[in-house]
Amino acid sequence: MTEVKSPETAAPPAAVPSELTEEPGRWHRVRPYLPLVALVVALILPYSTLHLPGIFEGALNSPGTLQLLAVCLVFGGLAAGYDLLFGRTGMLSFGHALYFAAGVYGTDILITHAGLPLWQAAPLAIVGGTILAGLIGAVALRTVGIAFAMVTLAFAQVGAILVARDFGGLTGGEEGLPLDVSGVPAGLVGVANTVNLYWLALAYLVVVVFVVHRVSGSPTGRVLAGLRDDERRIGVLGLDPYRFKLVAFTLAGGLAAAGGVVYCLIVGGASPHITSSELTLSLLVMVVLGGPGTRWGPVLGGILYMYLDHRLVSVGSSGAVDALPGFLSRPLSQPLFVLGTVFILAVYFFPGGLAGLASRVALLRDSLRLGSRRQS
Amino acid sequence: MDAIILLTLTGLGLAALYFLVASGLSLVFGLADVLNFAHGLFLGVGAYATWWAAGNLPGAGPDGLGFVVAVAFGVAAGTLMAVLVELVLIRPLYSRTIEQVLVTVGLSLAGVALLQATWGADARPFPRPEWTRQVTPILGAQVPNGGLLLIVAATLVLGAILAFLRWTRYGLIIRAGVENREMVTALGIDVRKAFTLVFAIGGAAAALAGALGSVYFGTVSPQQGGSLLIFAFIVVVIGGMGSVVGSAYAAVAVGLLQQFVNYYGTSGLGDICVVALLAVVLLLRPQGIAGKVATA
Amino acid sequence: MSATSVPGSRTGQSQSGDDSATEPILTVEELSVRIAGLHILQGVSFTVAPTGVTVLLGRNGVGKTTTLRAVVGLTPRNGEVGGAVRMGAEDLLTRPTHRLVRGGLGYVPEDRCVFAGLTVAENLRLAERRGSTPAYDRVYALFPELDRRSRQRAGSLSGGQQQMLAIGRVLINDNRLLLVDEPTKGLAPKVVTEVAEVLQRVAESVPVLLVEQNLAVVRRLARDAVVLDAGRVAWTGDAKRLLSEAALTKSLLGVGSAEVQH
Repeated sequence: MTEVKSPETAAPPAAVPSELTEEPGRWHRVRPYLPLVALVVALILPYSTLHLPGIFEGALNSPGTLQLLAVCLVFGGLAAGYDLLFGRTGMLSFGHALYFAAGVYGTDILITHAGLPLWQAAPLAIVGGTILAGLIGAVALRTVGIAFAMVTLAFAQVGAILVARDFGGLTGGEEGLPLDVSGVPAGLVGVANTVNLYWLALAYLVVVVFVVHRVSGSPTGRVLAGLRDDERRIGVLGLDPYRFKLVAFTLAGGLAAAGGVVYCLIVGGASPHITSSELTLSLLVMVVLGGPGTRWGPVLGGILYMYLDHRLVSVGSSGAVDALPGFLSRPLSQPLFVLGTVFILAVYFFPGGLAGLASRVALLRDSLRLGSRRQS
Repeated sequence: MDAIILLTLTGLGLAALYFLVASGLSLVFGLADVLNFAHGLFLGVGAYATWWAAGNLPGAGPDGLGFVVAVAFGVAAGTLMAVLVELVLIRPLYSRTIEQVLVTVGLSLAGVALLQATWGADARPFPRPEWTRQVTPILGAQVPNGGLLLIVAATLVLGAILAFLRWTRYGLIIRAGVENREMVTALGIDVRKAFTLVFAIGGAAAALAGALGSVYFGTVSPQQGGSLLIFAFIVVVIGGMGSVVGSAYAAVAVGLLQQFVNYYGTSGLGDICVVALLAVVLLLRPQGIAGKVATA
Repeated sequence: MSATSVPGSRTGQSQSGDDSATEPILTVEELSVRIAGLHILQGVSFTVAPTGVTVLLGRNGVGKTTTLRAVVGLTPRNGEVGGAVRMGAEDLLTRPTHRLVRGGLGYVPEDRCVFAGLTVAENLRLAERRGSTPAYDRVYALFPELDRRSRQRAGSLSGGQQQMLAIGRVLINDNRLLLVDEPTKGLAPKVVTEVAEVLQRVAESVPVLLVEQNLAVVRRLARDAVVLDAGRVAWTGDAKRLLSEAALTKSLLGVGSAEVQH
């Protein structure tokens, strides 16, 4: 649905990921290795003491930078999982934060209140989040389209209320619930071990990308793409759209819950803002900015969004912005104002997100090259 | 007994607030298929514009006629905002439903952040006439006047919208368009003019909700719209999208349920019951109480 | 816009016979429609004569409704339209539906699509336009039933009455061409005859492009026929000839001559 319908992309059949569309030239040969390069960079990053002033506050391997990067990686994975619903199946869920929060709070409560060790708490939280997604999906998928969006939003709101009201003192209410680290392996605790959390986040991202890739390449994935393009056609083929959508919804919920577990460890606890509908909305922003339905777009979108969300606060309070007149500096110090505006512009001008942008640039360059060749 | 009357009337006050937000959402959704996340922003604009007018606009003030002028200014600002959003942001994406939702999402994020940047994140005391702070004894219950004001306003708005839908040419186009927009076009009618109109109506009602809701709560804050919006969505789904009357029924059901359960049960339980009600309605009648018909 | 309208008179031009000299009212050239990757129409070309009924025939799913909808600009958003459709000098494909309709293209959709929640009178009132007098006398002369039931909700009408309303709604205004999609679908035989009679009278003053499955109705109304098969035009010519040659009918439409005869 959000696929670019510009003449350049000529509406590729849904099952073919846009990565496979023809792009002549050197770029075409280099491109498949880019993710590998990115992975290698991600792997050697914690061993680097490089300072990148303006981009990160400390050295690359400083705990602060590594924590920020770990959060970014988790959200890259989260966005990729969400894209399984939005970009690849065409389901507009506004309640995805709920399953993420189920992972975060589930882990936290099981460790801190129930005293379980991490190796028991984590699987339980993931299974619990998956079951929750299955149950809610079973009800919500009785509606389609926009009504589905509203209903998932309503269910997520219940999660937010439950957390905020702090029933039985489980969630800590507005204060949040710091993680009791005695139940967590020593290697994942403390500032000195931030690098291990970074590895964990990277592993999570890799797993999600792998799962989403495998699913969308499978026969099920082709049905999901068919649902996105025209649900009736799938119905005509004798397949039950409801079942396939429920599978995708549950799987994405499980992936989000797993991300919650990792996030809980990285930030050392849970806070109620992760249950807010704003988090789901930002997931949507990440996916759309990155490029829905593409393999790397949502990942990039998630990483970039979280990075900007964190960094814009400090940029906003920096001298350069403060020097501007009040009517400019005050909005610019609000990350959500900047991101929301960028998002709106992206919907209009870059409907394919960053991924679409890359292929457009490639196209532009190719056509320029073609033009110059013609002239010579 | 007093408690029941008080809860009923405060519940209806809440229902009035929900209805003011939901009626516009429902019409906009029913006609244009736009799930408008920016609707909460219209509410915020209405509230802040009223607040600003009461302090700064000549002729407006926190009391008497000045207060009416301030609220009118707030409603006008909300309406203008809604019309601009439709013309500038929604219209170019005509019939691209998902993109339209995305734009309203971006707008709600950016808009609330802008309100926050301009007036701060914290709630500010709202200027309001003295009488709205007082209570009226009704059958032994001490009912806050702010709530009664909301009930009266919502009833008037309901009547006005129904009369508009029933008796005017554009009302007819809207009712028909909610049923089958394509067929309205096929009768030679430019249905997009009606889109602007439902946005204007929705923006005005939401801005009124912002102003009067702030009177009721006594404060105004940037996040006010967002939290109300979710319950308004629930009201719209339960009532049946596109149905103003359905929204009214659903708003009453949701408002009363929430108020009673929150009082007699634990605080917060009422909110959860509302979502449970939503689930039940969806399981029994996926199209909502009234279905997709703009009943007049 | 409706000034270049068809007079209400019944001149019976359809008997003139010499239509090779007259310009077609509608020219469809290489019309192709692709919806969600399916190539539904693959270069359809035909013309509609300025008088009488031209019928669009073919088995289910060959693209008859898609053709009408493409002409009136109602192809869904996930569809792509190519080719050209001209009424007189104007290209229809570039203009939005409501402008086409105001310009004199009347469209009676498949399944009638009356507004069920509105009364009969409201359904008709909706079709009124500023700047032109609604021809209620013409509508009520054809469908006296609609006058009697004006305060009834359209959703509570019978299928035949709904079809009358759907046609009447279009006749409130003057038209240069009517597109009528399966008007007898799902109706009782007696009602089918009534609808056919009405269409015959309507066609005396306005040219009609009709999609119809009922060959008895086709035999009664149509002068020219266009047969579609798998998204292409398979045959064009005289409708009577098509129906009188059993082998031709069977090969193009897949029905035996017995069904045609009654």
